[in-house]
Amino acid sequence: MANVISSDMRRPAWYAGGFFASQTAYVSGALAIIVIIMAALAPVFLSLGNLINVATNFSYIAIVSLGATLVILTAGIDLSVGSVMALTAILTALLLRWTSASPLGAVPGLAMSVAVLGGLLSACGIGLINGLLIARLELTPFVTTLGMLSVARGLCYAITRGAGVAITGGDADLFSSLTDGDILGVPLPLIYLLILAAGMGVFLHHTASGRYVFALGGNERAARLAGVPVARIKTGVYVASALLAGFAGILMAGWLGSVPANLAQGYELRIIAAAVIGGANLSGGIGGPSGAVVGAALIEVIRNGLVLARVDTYWQDTLVGVIIIAAVVVDRLRSRRTGS
Amino acid sequence: MTLLTLDAIGRSFGAIQALAGVDLSIAAGEVVGLMGDNGAGKSTLAKIIAGNFPPSSGTMMFDGQQVAFARPVDARAVGIEVVYQDLALADNLSAAANVFLGRELHRRIGPFLLLDHSAMQQRATALFRELKSETRAEDLVRQMSGGQRQAVAIARTRLADARLIIMDEPTAAISVRQVAEVLALIGRLREAGIAVILISHRMPDIFETCDRVVVMRRGRKVADKPIAASSPQEVTGLITGALETA
Ligand SMILES: Nc1ncnc2c1ncn2[C@@H]1O[C@H](COP(=O)(O)OP(=O)(O)O)[C@@H](O)[C@H]1O
Ligand SMILES: [Mg+2]
Repeated sequence: MANVISSDMRRPAWYAGGFFASQTAYVSGALAIIVIIMAALAPVFLSLGNLINVATNFSYIAIVSLGATLVILTAGIDLSVGSVMALTAILTALLLRWTSASPLGAVPGLAMSVAVLGGLLSACGIGLINGLLIARLELTPFVTTLGMLSVARGLCYAITRGAGVAITGGDADLFSSLTDGDILGVPLPLIYLLILAAGMGVFLHHTASGRYVFALGGNERAARLAGVPVARIKTGVYVASALLAGFAGILMAGWLGSVPANLAQGYELRIIAAAVIGGANLSGGIGGPSGAVVGAALIEVIRNGLVLARVDTYWQDTLVGVIIIAAVVVDRLRSRRTGS
Repeated sequence: MTLLTLDAIGRSFGAIQALAGVDLSIAAGEVVGLMGDNGAGKSTLAKIIAGNFPPSSGTMMFDGQQVAFARPVDARAVGIEVVYQDLALADNLSAAANVFLGRELHRRIGPFLLLDHSAMQQRATALFRELKSETRAEDLVRQMSGGQRQAVAIARTRLADARLIIMDEPTAAISVRQVAEVLALIGRLREAGIAVILISHRMPDIFETCDRVVVMRRGRKVADKPIAASSPQEVTGLITGALETA
Protein backbone atom coordinates (compact mmCIF):
# COMPACT_ATOMS: atom_id res chain seq x y z
CA MET A 1 0.00 0.00 0.00
CA ALA A 2 2.85 2.35 0.87
CA ASN A 3 4.32 1.67 -2.56
CA VAL A 4 1.42 3.00 -4.53
CA ILE A 5 2.77 5.90 -6.50
CA SER A 6 0.41 8.79 -6.73
CA SER A 7 0.56 9.30 -10.47
CA ASP A 8 -0.39 5.67 -11.04
CA MET A 9 -3.66 6.05 -9.22
CA ARG A 10 -6.30 6.35 -11.87
CA ARG A 11 -9.82 7.38 -11.25
CA PRO A 12 -12.04 4.29 -11.23
CA ALA A 13 -14.54 3.83 -14.08
CA TRP A 14 -18.01 5.21 -13.36
CA TYR A 15 -19.44 1.76 -12.69
CA ALA A 16 -16.62 0.85 -10.30
CA GLY A 17 -16.87 3.88 -8.05
CA GLY A 18 -19.43 5.88 -6.11
CA PHE A 19 -22.98 4.61 -5.89
CA PHE A 20 -22.56 1.85 -8.46
CA ALA A 21 -19.85 0.17 -6.42
CA SER A 22 -21.79 0.44 -3.17
CA GLN A 23 -23.62 -2.27 -1.32
CA THR A 24 -26.77 -0.20 -1.69
CA ALA A 25 -26.48 -0.53 -5.47
CA TYR A 26 -26.23 -4.28 -5.66
CA VAL A 27 -28.88 -4.76 -3.00
CA SER A 28 -31.13 -2.59 -5.19
CA GLY A 29 -30.26 -4.96 -8.04
CA ALA A 30 -31.11 -7.95 -5.89
CA LEU A 31 -34.39 -6.29 -4.91
CA ALA A 32 -35.33 -5.76 -8.55
CA ILE A 33 -34.57 -9.38 -9.40
CA ILE A 34 -36.57 -10.68 -6.44
CA VAL A 35 -39.51 -8.50 -7.40
CA ILE A 36 -39.42 -9.90 -10.95
CA ILE A 37 -39.19 -13.49 -9.76
CA MET A 38 -42.02 -12.92 -7.31
CA ALA A 39 -44.21 -11.29 -9.93
CA ALA A 40 -43.63 -14.31 -12.15
CA LEU A 41 -44.33 -16.89 -9.44
CA ALA A 42 -47.27 -15.14 -7.78
CA PRO A 43 -49.05 -12.64 -10.03
CA VAL A 44 -51.01 -11.42 -7.00
CA PHE A 45 -47.75 -9.88 -5.77
CA LEU A 46 -48.11 -7.09 -8.32
CA SER A 47 -51.77 -6.47 -7.49
CA LEU A 48 -52.40 -2.95 -6.34
CA GLY A 49 -53.71 -4.08 -2.98
CA ASN A 50 -50.65 -6.15 -2.24
CA LEU A 51 -48.23 -3.46 -3.39
CA ILE A 52 -49.90 -0.89 -1.15
CA ASN A 53 -49.77 -3.38 1.68
CA VAL A 54 -46.05 -3.99 1.17
CA ALA A 55 -45.31 -0.29 0.77
CA THR A 56 -47.14 0.60 3.97
CA ASN A 57 -45.55 -2.17 5.99
CA PHE A 58 -42.05 -1.45 4.88
CA SER A 59 -42.42 2.29 5.38
CA TYR A 60 -42.69 1.92 9.17
CA ILE A 61 -39.51 -0.13 9.32
CA ALA A 62 -37.70 2.08 6.81
CA ILE A 63 -38.49 5.32 8.65
CA VAL A 64 -36.94 3.95 11.83
CA SER A 65 -34.14 2.46 9.78
CA LEU A 66 -33.23 5.97 8.61
CA GLY A 67 -32.49 6.85 12.23
CA ALA A 68 -30.71 3.56 12.79
CA THR A 69 -28.51 4.41 9.80
CA LEU A 70 -27.61 7.80 11.29
CA VAL A 71 -26.57 6.11 14.51
CA ILE A 72 -24.67 3.36 12.71
CA LEU A 73 -22.84 6.01 10.65
CA THR A 74 -21.27 7.24 13.88
CA ALA A 75 -20.27 3.65 14.70
CA GLY A 76 -23.03 3.46 17.32
CA ILE A 77 -26.12 1.30 17.63
CA ASP A 78 -29.63 1.98 18.92
CA LEU A 79 -31.42 -1.11 20.21
CA SER A 80 -34.17 0.86 21.91
CA VAL A 81 -36.08 1.87 18.75
CA GLY A 82 -38.76 -0.83 18.90
CA SER A 83 -39.62 0.09 22.49
CA VAL A 84 -39.54 3.80 21.68
CA MET A 85 -42.02 3.22 18.84
CA ALA A 86 -44.40 1.57 21.29
CA LEU A 87 -43.95 4.02 24.15
CA THR A 88 -44.41 7.04 21.89
CA ALA A 89 -47.52 5.53 20.33
CA ILE A 90 -48.98 4.71 23.76
CA LEU A 91 -48.27 8.15 25.19
CA THR A 92 -49.72 9.79 22.09
CA ALA A 93 -52.89 7.68 22.33
CA LEU A 94 -53.27 8.44 26.05
CA LEU A 95 -52.62 12.14 25.51
CA LEU A 96 -55.15 12.19 22.72
CA ARG A 97 -57.74 10.71 25.06
CA TRP A 98 -57.00 13.38 27.71
CA THR A 99 -56.74 16.35 25.39
CA SER A 100 -59.92 15.37 23.58
CA ALA A 101 -61.79 15.39 26.87
CA SER A 102 -60.22 18.74 27.86
CA PRO A 103 -61.10 22.20 26.51
CA LEU A 104 -58.49 21.62 23.81
CA GLY A 105 -60.96 19.20 22.24
CA ALA A 106 -63.18 22.11 21.26
CA VAL A 107 -60.83 23.24 18.47
CA PRO A 108 -60.61 20.66 15.67
CA GLY A 109 -57.10 19.29 15.34
CA LEU A 110 -55.75 20.97 18.46
CA ALA A 111 -56.16 17.95 20.73
CA MET A 112 -54.40 15.79 18.15
CA SER A 113 -51.56 18.27 17.60
CA VAL A 114 -50.88 18.50 21.31
CA ALA A 115 -50.99 14.71 21.68
CA VAL A 116 -48.64 14.08 18.76
CA LEU A 117 -46.27 16.81 19.94
CA GLY A 118 -46.30 15.36 23.43
CA GLY A 119 -45.56 11.91 22.08
CA LEU A 120 -42.67 13.13 19.96
CA LEU A 121 -41.36 15.15 22.88
CA SER A 122 -41.20 12.02 25.00
CA ALA A 123 -39.35 10.21 22.20
CA CYS A 124 -36.98 13.16 22.02
CA GLY A 125 -36.42 12.86 25.77
CA ILE A 126 -35.51 9.19 25.51
CA GLY A 127 -33.14 9.93 22.63
CA LEU A 128 -31.58 12.69 24.67
CA ILE A 129 -30.99 10.37 27.60
CA ASN A 130 -29.44 7.75 25.31
CA GLY A 131 -27.32 10.40 23.61
CA LEU A 132 -26.09 12.10 26.75
CA LEU A 133 -25.20 8.80 28.41
CA ILE A 134 -23.27 7.74 25.32
CA ALA A 135 -21.69 11.05 24.32
CA ARG A 136 -20.99 12.62 27.71
CA LEU A 137 -20.57 9.67 30.06
CA GLU A 138 -19.05 7.61 27.26
CA LEU A 139 -21.11 4.52 28.01
CA THR A 140 -21.15 1.97 25.21
CA PRO A 141 -24.11 2.43 22.84
CA PHE A 142 -24.94 -1.26 22.92
CA VAL A 143 -25.41 -1.50 26.67
CA THR A 144 -27.04 1.92 27.05
CA THR A 145 -29.68 1.34 24.40
CA LEU A 146 -30.19 -2.28 25.48
CA GLY A 147 -31.05 -0.88 28.90
CA MET A 148 -33.33 1.70 27.32
CA LEU A 149 -35.04 -1.03 25.28
CA SER A 150 -36.04 -2.64 28.54
CA VAL A 151 -36.89 0.60 30.36
CA ALA A 152 -39.18 1.87 27.59
CA ARG A 153 -40.88 -1.49 27.05
CA GLY A 154 -41.38 -1.84 30.78
CA LEU A 155 -43.03 1.58 30.84
CA CYS A 156 -45.35 0.50 28.02
CA TYR A 157 -46.62 -2.41 30.08
CA ALA A 158 -46.70 -0.48 33.35
CA ILE A 159 -48.66 2.44 31.88
CA THR A 160 -51.20 0.30 30.04
CA ARG A 161 -51.26 -2.51 32.62
CA GLY A 162 -50.55 -4.73 29.65
CA ALA A 163 -53.67 -3.78 27.73
CA GLY A 164 -53.98 -1.79 24.52
CA VAL A 165 -54.87 1.90 24.25
CA ALA A 166 -57.43 2.80 21.61
CA ILE A 167 -57.20 5.94 19.50
CA THR A 168 -60.31 7.80 20.63
CA GLY A 169 -61.68 11.33 20.84
CA GLY A 170 -63.03 13.92 18.44
CA ASP A 171 -59.77 14.02 16.45
CA ALA A 172 -59.58 10.25 15.98
CA ASP A 173 -60.72 10.42 12.36
CA LEU A 174 -58.35 13.24 11.56
CA PHE A 175 -55.53 11.31 13.22
CA SER A 176 -56.37 8.26 11.18
CA SER A 177 -56.49 10.18 7.91
CA LEU A 178 -53.12 11.85 8.58
CA THR A 179 -51.40 8.62 9.55
CA ASP A 180 -53.11 5.94 7.55
CA GLY A 181 -54.51 7.91 4.62
CA ASP A 182 -53.23 8.19 1.10
CA ILE A 183 -52.60 10.79 -1.58
CA LEU A 184 -53.79 9.66 -5.02
CA GLY A 185 -53.59 6.10 -3.81
CA VAL A 186 -50.06 6.39 -2.49
CA PRO A 187 -50.08 5.46 1.20
CA LEU A 188 -49.10 8.34 3.48
CA PRO A 189 -46.47 6.37 5.41
CA LEU A 190 -44.61 5.86 2.13
CA ILE A 191 -44.84 9.58 1.36
CA TYR A 192 -43.57 10.48 4.82
CA LEU A 193 -40.74 8.00 4.33
CA LEU A 194 -39.68 9.48 1.01
CA ILE A 195 -39.76 13.03 2.39
CA LEU A 196 -37.75 12.03 5.44
CA ALA A 197 -35.25 10.05 3.37
CA ALA A 198 -34.76 12.99 1.01
CA GLY A 199 -34.36 15.34 3.96
CA MET A 200 -31.81 13.03 5.51
CA GLY A 201 -29.91 12.86 2.23
CA VAL A 202 -29.70 16.64 2.08
CA PHE A 203 -28.67 16.79 5.73
CA LEU A 204 -25.92 14.20 5.33
CA HIS A 205 -24.40 15.48 2.12
CA HIS A 206 -25.08 19.18 2.16
CA THR A 207 -24.69 20.36 5.75
CA ALA A 208 -21.64 20.56 7.97
CA SER A 209 -23.39 18.58 10.71
CA GLY A 210 -24.16 15.81 8.25
CA ARG A 211 -20.56 15.70 7.19
CA TYR A 212 -19.54 15.52 10.86
CA VAL A 213 -21.68 12.40 11.23
CA PHE A 214 -19.53 10.73 8.57
CA ALA A 215 -16.31 12.13 10.00
CA LEU A 216 -17.20 10.81 13.43
CA GLY A 217 -17.73 7.31 12.07
CA GLY A 218 -14.59 7.48 9.93
CA ASN A 219 -12.19 8.69 12.61
CA GLU A 220 -13.57 10.07 15.83
CA ARG A 221 -10.21 11.31 17.05
CA ALA A 222 -9.57 13.18 13.81
CA ALA A 223 -13.00 14.76 14.07
CA ARG A 224 -12.29 15.83 17.64
CA LEU A 225 -8.91 17.30 16.70
CA ALA A 226 -10.49 19.19 13.82
CA GLY A 227 -12.82 20.89 16.27
CA VAL A 228 -15.95 18.92 15.37
CA PRO A 229 -18.46 19.12 18.24
CA VAL A 230 -18.33 15.37 18.74
CA ALA A 231 -20.58 15.09 21.79
CA ARG A 232 -23.26 17.28 20.23
CA ILE A 233 -23.33 15.32 16.98
CA LYS A 234 -23.43 12.00 18.82
CA THR A 235 -26.25 13.14 21.07
CA GLY A 236 -28.04 14.44 17.99
CA VAL A 237 -28.07 11.13 16.15
CA TYR A 238 -29.66 9.32 19.11
CA VAL A 239 -32.28 12.04 19.40
CA ALA A 240 -32.98 11.74 15.65
CA SER A 241 -33.17 7.97 15.94
CA ALA A 242 -35.69 8.17 18.80
CA LEU A 243 -37.73 10.84 17.03
CA LEU A 244 -37.99 8.79 13.85
CA ALA A 245 -38.91 5.71 15.88
CA GLY A 246 -41.55 7.72 17.74
CA PHE A 247 -42.95 9.08 14.50
CA ALA A 248 -43.18 5.60 12.98
CA GLY A 249 -44.85 4.39 16.19
CA ILE A 250 -47.47 7.12 15.84
CA LEU A 251 -48.07 6.12 12.21
CA MET A 252 -48.53 2.50 13.27
CA ALA A 253 -50.98 3.59 15.95
CA GLY A 254 -53.08 5.27 13.26
CA TRP A 255 -52.92 2.19 11.08
CA LEU A 256 -53.94 -0.18 13.88
CA GLY A 257 -56.48 2.17 15.49
CA SER A 258 -55.13 1.16 18.87
CA VAL A 259 -51.77 0.54 20.46
CA PRO A 260 -50.99 -2.79 22.10
CA ALA A 261 -48.27 -2.77 24.78
CA ASN A 262 -46.22 -5.14 22.64
CA LEU A 263 -46.31 -2.91 19.56
CA ALA A 264 -43.15 -3.29 17.46
CA GLN A 265 -41.68 -5.74 19.93
CA GLY A 266 -38.51 -7.24 18.42
CA TYR A 267 -38.56 -4.76 15.53
CA GLU A 268 -35.14 -3.39 16.44
CA LEU A 269 -33.47 -6.35 14.78
CA ARG A 270 -35.40 -5.96 11.56
CA ILE A 271 -34.71 -2.21 11.61
CA ILE A 272 -30.99 -2.57 12.13
CA ALA A 273 -30.94 -5.44 9.63
CA ALA A 274 -32.57 -3.18 7.03
CA ALA A 275 -29.86 -0.56 7.53
CA VAL A 276 -27.07 -3.12 7.37
CA ILE A 277 -28.48 -4.94 4.33
CA GLY A 278 -28.78 -1.56 2.63
CA GLY A 279 -25.07 -0.95 3.15
CA ALA A 280 -24.63 0.77 6.49
CA ASN A 281 -21.33 -0.42 7.92
CA LEU A 282 -21.54 -1.21 11.64
CA SER A 283 -17.99 0.01 12.14
CA GLY A 284 -19.16 3.46 11.09
CA GLY A 285 -18.65 6.01 8.35
CA ILE A 286 -20.50 4.28 5.52
CA GLY A 287 -24.23 4.26 4.74
CA GLY A 288 -27.11 6.48 3.77
CA PRO A 289 -30.87 6.89 3.55
CA SER A 290 -31.26 5.06 0.25
CA GLY A 291 -29.64 2.04 1.87
CA ALA A 292 -32.15 2.06 4.70
CA VAL A 293 -35.04 2.31 2.25
CA VAL A 294 -33.75 -0.41 -0.07
CA GLY A 295 -32.81 -2.70 2.82
CA ALA A 296 -36.22 -2.37 4.45
CA ALA A 297 -37.92 -2.90 1.08
CA LEU A 298 -35.91 -6.06 0.43
CA ILE A 299 -36.84 -7.55 3.80
CA GLU A 300 -40.51 -6.71 3.37
CA VAL A 301 -40.71 -8.00 -0.20
CA ILE A 302 -39.19 -11.29 0.87
CA ARG A 303 -41.48 -11.54 3.88
CA ASN A 304 -44.44 -10.81 1.66
CA GLY A 305 -43.23 -13.35 -0.89
CA LEU A 306 -43.02 -16.01 1.78
CA VAL A 307 -46.56 -15.25 2.85
CA LEU A 308 -47.84 -15.39 -0.73
CA ALA A 309 -45.92 -18.62 -1.28
CA ARG A 310 -47.59 -19.93 1.89
CA VAL A 311 -44.28 -20.63 3.56
CA ASP A 312 -44.63 -21.11 7.29
CA THR A 313 -44.20 -17.62 8.83
CA TYR A 314 -41.86 -19.09 11.41
CA TRP A 315 -39.21 -19.29 8.69
CA GLN A 316 -39.21 -15.52 8.15
CA ASP A 317 -36.71 -14.62 10.85
CA THR A 318 -34.37 -17.34 9.68
CA LEU A 319 -34.46 -16.07 6.14
CA VAL A 320 -33.98 -12.44 7.18
CA GLY A 321 -30.92 -13.54 9.14
CA VAL A 322 -29.55 -15.37 6.12
CA ILE A 323 -30.02 -12.26 3.99
CA ILE A 324 -28.18 -10.08 6.49
CA ILE A 325 -25.23 -12.44 6.56
CA ALA A 326 -25.27 -12.83 2.78
CA ALA A 327 -25.29 -9.06 2.23
CA VAL A 328 -22.34 -8.59 4.57
CA VAL A 329 -20.45 -11.51 3.03
CA VAL A 330 -20.92 -10.13 -0.47
CA ASP A 331 -19.75 -6.73 0.74
CA ARG A 332 -16.66 -8.24 2.33
CA LEU A 333 -15.78 -10.25 -0.77
CA ARG A 334 -16.23 -7.19 -2.92
CA SER A 335 -14.07 -4.94 -0.76
CA ARG A 336 -11.39 -7.61 -0.60
CA ARG A 337 -11.34 -7.79 -4.37
CA THR A 338 -11.07 -4.05 -4.86
CA GLY A 339 -8.69 -3.79 -1.91
CA SER A 340 -10.51 -0.91 -0.30
CA MET B 1 11.72 37.88 13.77
CA THR B 2 11.14 35.49 16.61
CA LEU B 3 7.81 33.73 16.32
CA LEU B 4 7.80 31.31 19.21
CA THR B 5 9.79 31.48 22.44
CA LEU B 6 9.68 28.81 25.11
CA ASP B 7 11.13 29.69 28.48
CA ALA B 8 12.00 26.96 30.97
CA ILE B 9 9.11 24.70 29.96
CA GLY B 10 8.61 21.71 32.24
CA ARG B 11 5.95 19.03 32.33
CA SER B 12 5.42 16.12 34.64
CA PHE B 13 2.93 13.26 34.49
CA GLY B 14 2.60 12.18 38.08
CA ALA B 15 6.08 11.05 39.06
CA ILE B 16 7.39 11.13 35.48
CA GLN B 17 9.27 14.30 34.57
CA ALA B 18 8.63 14.29 30.82
CA LEU B 19 10.14 17.75 30.22
CA ALA B 20 12.40 19.95 32.33
CA GLY B 21 13.67 23.49 31.72
CA VAL B 22 13.30 23.53 27.94
CA ASP B 23 14.15 26.86 26.26
CA LEU B 24 13.52 27.19 22.55
CA SER B 25 13.01 29.96 20.07
CA ILE B 26 11.92 29.73 16.47
CA ALA B 27 11.82 32.45 13.81
CA ALA B 28 9.28 32.80 11.02
CA GLY B 29 10.18 30.62 8.03
CA GLU B 30 12.61 28.58 10.07
CA VAL B 31 12.57 24.79 9.90
CA VAL B 32 13.73 23.24 13.14
CA GLY B 33 14.45 19.54 13.45
CA LEU B 34 13.53 18.03 16.81
CA MET B 35 15.30 14.77 17.52
CA GLY B 36 15.65 12.42 20.44
CA ASP B 37 15.20 8.81 21.47
CA ASN B 38 11.80 7.34 22.26
CA GLY B 39 10.49 8.91 25.44
CA ALA B 40 12.82 11.91 25.17
CA GLY B 41 9.85 14.27 25.38
CA LYS B 42 9.47 15.39 21.75
CA SER B 43 5.76 14.65 21.46
CA THR B 44 5.10 16.14 24.89
CA LEU B 45 6.81 19.37 23.83
CA ALA B 46 4.83 19.42 20.58
CA LYS B 47 1.58 18.88 22.45
CA ILE B 48 2.29 21.72 24.85
CA ILE B 49 2.97 24.10 21.98
CA ALA B 50 -0.20 22.89 20.25
CA GLY B 51 -2.34 23.39 23.34
CA ASN B 52 -3.19 19.72 23.94
CA PHE B 53 -2.21 20.25 27.56
CA PRO B 54 -0.53 23.05 29.51
CA PRO B 55 3.07 22.95 30.77
CA SER B 56 3.59 22.30 34.49
CA SER B 57 6.08 25.17 34.56
CA GLY B 58 7.58 27.80 32.28
CA THR B 59 6.12 30.32 29.84
CA MET B 60 5.40 30.54 26.14
CA MET B 61 5.48 33.61 23.91
CA PHE B 62 3.98 33.59 20.44
CA ASP B 63 4.38 36.55 18.12
CA GLY B 64 5.50 38.75 21.01
CA GLN B 65 2.58 37.87 23.26
CA GLN B 66 2.61 35.58 26.24
CA VAL B 67 0.22 32.71 25.54
CA ALA B 68 -1.41 29.94 27.55
CA PHE B 69 -3.54 27.53 25.57
CA ALA B 70 -6.37 25.71 27.29
CA ARG B 71 -7.33 23.68 24.22
CA PRO B 72 -5.94 22.94 20.74
CA VAL B 73 -8.41 25.40 19.21
CA ASP B 74 -6.74 28.21 21.18
CA ALA B 75 -3.39 27.39 19.62
CA ARG B 76 -5.02 27.09 16.22
CA ALA B 77 -6.59 30.50 16.67
CA VAL B 78 -3.15 32.16 16.82
CA GLY B 79 -1.83 30.12 13.89
CA ILE B 80 -0.27 26.98 15.34
CA GLU B 81 -1.24 23.81 13.51
CA VAL B 82 -0.21 20.22 14.01
CA VAL B 83 0.17 17.41 11.55
CA TYR B 84 -0.30 14.42 13.79
CA GLN B 85 1.90 11.37 13.75
CA ASP B 86 -1.02 9.19 12.64
CA LEU B 87 -2.37 12.00 10.43
CA ALA B 88 -5.82 12.14 11.99
CA LEU B 89 -7.83 12.02 8.77
CA ALA B 90 -11.29 10.55 8.22
CA ASP B 91 -10.56 8.09 5.43
CA ASN B 92 -14.21 7.69 4.44
CA LEU B 93 -14.26 11.33 3.35
CA SER B 94 -12.72 13.03 0.33
CA ALA B 95 -9.47 14.97 0.47
CA ALA B 96 -11.38 18.24 0.20
CA ALA B 97 -13.77 17.24 3.01
CA ASN B 98 -10.80 16.47 5.24
CA VAL B 99 -9.03 19.70 4.40
CA PHE B 100 -12.15 21.64 5.37
CA LEU B 101 -13.25 19.44 8.28
CA GLY B 102 -14.41 21.69 11.09
CA ARG B 103 -14.28 24.85 8.94
CA GLU B 104 -16.56 24.08 6.02
CA LEU B 105 -17.50 26.75 3.54
CA HIS B 106 -21.20 27.43 3.17
CA ARG B 107 -23.57 29.09 0.79
CA ARG B 108 -27.02 30.30 1.64
CA ILE B 109 -29.96 28.83 -0.23
CA GLY B 110 -33.15 30.45 0.99
CA PRO B 111 -33.24 29.92 4.72
CA PHE B 112 -30.69 27.10 4.57
CA LEU B 113 -26.96 27.18 5.04
CA LEU B 114 -25.62 24.40 2.82
CA LEU B 115 -22.10 23.19 2.09
CA ASP B 116 -20.44 24.96 -0.79
CA HIS B 117 -18.94 21.85 -2.40
CA SER B 118 -17.51 23.54 -5.46
CA ALA B 119 -15.78 26.31 -3.52
CA MET B 120 -14.18 23.79 -1.18
CA GLN B 121 -13.20 21.58 -4.09
CA GLN B 122 -11.58 24.49 -5.92
CA ARG B 123 -9.78 25.79 -2.86
CA ALA B 124 -8.48 22.31 -1.98
CA THR B 125 -7.36 21.75 -5.57
CA ALA B 126 -5.51 25.06 -5.48
CA LEU B 127 -3.82 24.10 -2.20
CA PHE B 128 -2.67 20.77 -3.61
CA ARG B 129 -1.36 22.51 -6.70
CA GLU B 130 0.48 25.00 -4.51
CA LEU B 131 2.03 22.08 -2.64
CA LYS B 132 2.82 20.50 -6.01
CA SER B 133 1.04 17.36 -4.87
CA GLU B 134 -0.86 15.08 -7.22
CA THR B 135 -3.59 14.58 -4.66
CA ARG B 136 -7.04 15.04 -6.16
CA ALA B 137 -9.51 16.94 -4.02
CA GLU B 138 -12.46 14.65 -4.76
CA ASP B 139 -10.68 11.34 -4.05
CA LEU B 140 -11.42 9.43 -0.88
CA VAL B 141 -8.55 9.46 1.59
CA ARG B 142 -8.99 5.69 1.94
CA GLN B 143 -7.63 5.24 -1.58
CA MET B 144 -4.59 7.43 -1.02
CA SER B 145 -0.92 6.67 -0.57
CA GLY B 146 0.93 7.79 2.54
CA GLY B 147 2.45 10.75 0.71
CA GLN B 148 -0.91 11.95 -0.51
CA ARG B 149 -2.31 11.66 3.00
CA GLN B 150 0.54 13.86 4.20
CA ALA B 151 -0.39 16.38 1.54
CA VAL B 152 -3.99 16.37 2.79
CA ALA B 153 -2.87 16.88 6.39
CA ILE B 154 -0.52 19.69 5.34
CA ALA B 155 -3.14 21.31 3.10
CA ARG B 156 -5.34 21.46 6.20
CA THR B 157 -2.74 23.59 7.93
CA ARG B 158 -2.28 25.81 4.87
CA LEU B 159 -5.97 26.48 4.76
CA ALA B 160 -5.82 27.87 8.24
CA ASP B 161 -3.02 30.28 7.28
CA ALA B 162 -0.85 28.67 9.89
CA ARG B 163 2.31 30.46 11.00
CA LEU B 164 3.86 27.55 12.80
CA ILE B 165 3.34 23.95 11.79
CA ILE B 166 4.40 21.08 13.99
CA MET B 167 4.94 17.79 12.21
CA ASP B 168 5.31 14.75 14.44
CA GLU B 169 7.16 12.01 12.55
CA PRO B 170 5.55 12.69 9.16
CA THR B 171 7.89 10.29 7.41
CA ALA B 172 7.66 7.39 9.84
CA ALA B 173 5.35 5.17 7.80
CA ILE B 174 5.79 6.05 4.16
CA SER B 175 7.93 4.97 1.23
CA VAL B 176 11.16 6.58 0.07
CA ARG B 177 9.58 8.41 -2.83
CA GLN B 178 6.88 9.78 -0.59
CA VAL B 179 9.45 10.92 1.95
CA ALA B 180 10.98 13.06 -0.78
CA GLU B 181 7.52 14.42 -1.53
CA VAL B 182 6.92 15.36 2.10
CA LEU B 183 10.32 16.99 2.48
CA ALA B 184 9.61 19.01 -0.63
CA LEU B 185 6.32 20.09 0.94
CA ILE B 186 8.22 21.33 3.98
CA GLY B 187 10.50 23.31 1.71
CA ARG B 188 7.45 24.99 0.21
CA LEU B 189 6.14 25.89 3.64
CA ARG B 190 9.45 27.57 4.42
CA GLU B 191 9.26 29.57 1.18
CA ALA B 192 5.84 30.76 2.30
CA GLY B 193 7.42 32.10 5.51
CA ILE B 194 5.90 29.43 7.73
CA ALA B 195 7.91 28.07 10.63
CA VAL B 196 8.07 24.28 10.93
CA ILE B 197 9.02 22.01 13.80
CA LEU B 198 9.87 18.67 12.26
CA ILE B 199 10.03 15.74 14.66
CA SER B 200 11.77 12.80 13.09
CA HIS B 201 13.89 9.77 13.80
CA ARG B 202 15.42 9.89 10.37
CA MET B 203 18.73 11.68 10.25
CA PRO B 204 18.61 12.32 6.46
CA ASP B 205 15.23 14.07 6.78
CA ILE B 206 16.64 16.50 9.29
CA PHE B 207 19.89 17.18 7.50
CA GLU B 208 18.19 17.66 4.14
CA THR B 209 15.42 20.02 5.22
CA CYS B 210 16.13 21.76 8.49
CA ASP B 211 17.90 25.00 9.31
CA ARG B 212 18.53 23.97 12.87
CA VAL B 213 18.56 20.82 14.90
CA VAL B 214 17.42 20.51 18.49
CA VAL B 215 18.20 17.34 20.39
CA MET B 216 16.26 16.18 23.43
CA ARG B 217 17.35 13.58 25.95
CA ARG B 218 15.28 12.47 28.93
CA GLY B 219 13.17 15.59 28.87
CA ARG B 220 16.00 18.06 28.52
CA LYS B 221 17.34 19.96 25.56
CA VAL B 222 20.93 18.85 25.09
CA ALA B 223 21.74 20.63 21.83
CA ASP B 224 20.42 23.42 19.63
CA LYS B 225 22.57 24.40 16.69
CA PRO B 226 22.53 25.28 13.00
CA ILE B 227 22.54 22.23 10.73
CA ALA B 228 25.72 23.47 9.07
CA ALA B 229 27.52 23.40 12.40
CA SER B 230 26.52 19.84 13.22
CA SER B 231 26.78 16.39 11.74
CA PRO B 232 24.76 13.17 11.83
CA GLN B 233 27.52 11.58 13.91
CA GLU B 234 27.35 14.33 16.50
CA VAL B 235 23.54 14.21 16.66
CA THR B 236 23.60 10.42 17.03
CA GLY B 237 26.00 10.80 19.93
CA LEU B 238 23.75 13.41 21.51
CA ILE B 239 20.65 11.26 21.14
CA THR B 240 22.22 8.18 22.66
CA GLY B 241 24.03 10.08 25.39
CA ALA B 242 27.51 9.21 24.13
CA LEU B 243 27.94 12.99 23.91
CA GLU B 244 26.67 14.93 26.92
CA THR B 245 26.04 18.27 25.18
CA ALA B 246 27.16 20.21 22.13
N1 LIG C 1 -0.12 11.37 28.82
C1 LIG C 1 0.96 10.88 29.46
N2 LIG C 1 0.83 10.30 30.67
C2 LIG C 1 1.92 9.82 31.31
N3 LIG C 1 3.15 9.85 30.83
C3 LIG C 1 3.34 10.39 29.62
C4 LIG C 1 2.25 10.93 28.87
N4 LIG C 1 2.74 11.43 27.71
C5 LIG C 1 4.06 11.20 27.72
N5 LIG C 1 4.43 10.58 28.88
C6 LIG C 1 5.79 10.21 29.24
O1 LIG C 1 6.62 11.31 29.00
C7 LIG C 1 7.85 10.90 28.45
C8 LIG C 1 8.08 11.58 27.12
O2 LIG C 1 7.18 11.04 26.15
P1 LIG C 1 7.05 11.60 24.69
O3 LIG C 1 6.97 13.07 24.74
O4 LIG C 1 5.92 10.89 24.05
O5 LIG C 1 8.41 11.14 24.02
P2 LIG C 1 8.84 11.09 22.50
O6 LIG C 1 7.77 11.67 21.66
O7 LIG C 1 10.11 11.86 22.46
O8 LIG C 1 9.08 9.64 22.18
C9 LIG C 1 7.80 9.40 28.36
O9 LIG C 1 8.44 8.86 29.50
C10 LIG C 1 6.33 9.09 28.37
O10 LIG C 1 6.11 7.83 28.95
MG1 LIG D 1 6.52 10.72 19.94
